[in-house]
Amino acid sequence: MSVIFAAAEAGNTASQVDWSGLLPLIINGASITSIFAGLFFVLGGTLGVLRLPDFFTRLHAAGMTDTLGAELILLGLMIQAGPSQMTLKLLLVGLFLFMTSPTATHAIANAAYQAGLKPMLGNYKAPDPSDIGKET
Amino acid sequence: MLRFGLVLAIVMALYWLSLSGYLANKMLLSLGAISILLVLGLCARMKILDEETVPYLHSFKTFSYFSWLFKQIVKANFQVVKAVLSPDLEISPTLVKIPSTPKSEIGKTMFGNSITLTPGTVSIEMDEDEILVHALLEEMSDPNDFTEMADRAGWSVGEIKTPKIEGEG
Repeated sequence: MSVIFAAAEAGNTASQVDWSGLLPLIINGASITSIFAGLFFVLGGTLGVLRLPDFFTRLHAAGMTDTLGAELILLGLMIQAGPSQMTLKLLLVGLFLFMTSPTATHAIANAAYQAGLKPMLGNYKAPDPSDIGKET
Repeated sequence: MLRFGLVLAIVMALYWLSLSGYLANKMLLSLGAISILLVLGLCARMKILDEETVPYLHSFKTFSYFSWLFKQIVKANFQVVKAVLSPDLEISPTLVKIPSTPKSEIGKTMFGNSITLTPGTVSIEMDEDEILVHALLEEMSDPNDFTEMADRAGWSVGEIKTPKIEGEG
């Protein structure tokens, strides 16, 4: 931001304003926003894996890191790389993640189900912190 | 079969070039061409040059399906992240059987993968015409919500049925 203000102060008329700092600002801003949004979903997925009660519900949280988390981080990196071969490779990485991560998730879920692990069903609510450690 | 071989060769050439990036080095280019011919020969000998190995004839449909799917994924992500980060962690895990309408094997795979890819629903077991789905929230397990995805997944791999496009929401 300071780049623009400095440029605006330096030039008296509009034609003298130096806009060269604006494009990198927009590109970096978009890529940083995207990477941070991706990190938010990765964080959400991690907290989900820790908080959810059983195996099958935890898979859902892990799926969140695989999809929007990873894809948003990849998008941020693509914006950083600009129109180059690296972007093409990152695009391919994103496409392969799109194909392979559900296959892996399904394999794990199916293996657990075949082995006889019964999913927890019905409504669930996190226990109140004051109840933890009490005899029931 | 010749058509599938040709398409596979073009796709592999584009893939090889995008990963290698050396467009002027004659030795690397010819090595790439040799590898492509080798793979084509293997595929022809194994007699797997068919719709399933080369699903690229419907690439446009597939990618337009992916863009629709991505919107659903973003929506589902927000639902799940809201449920997971809420202090009460109110969830209602549900098991539900969803009819799997796509006819071809690859259409069924696409449908099952799409269900798993959407956070909050995981496909656990597949039968001939049904998929057992585990949903994190009860409101995600309504079988009617899956019919549009099934239609679109079948369409994206070249099954002739045109998807019912209900009001975009």
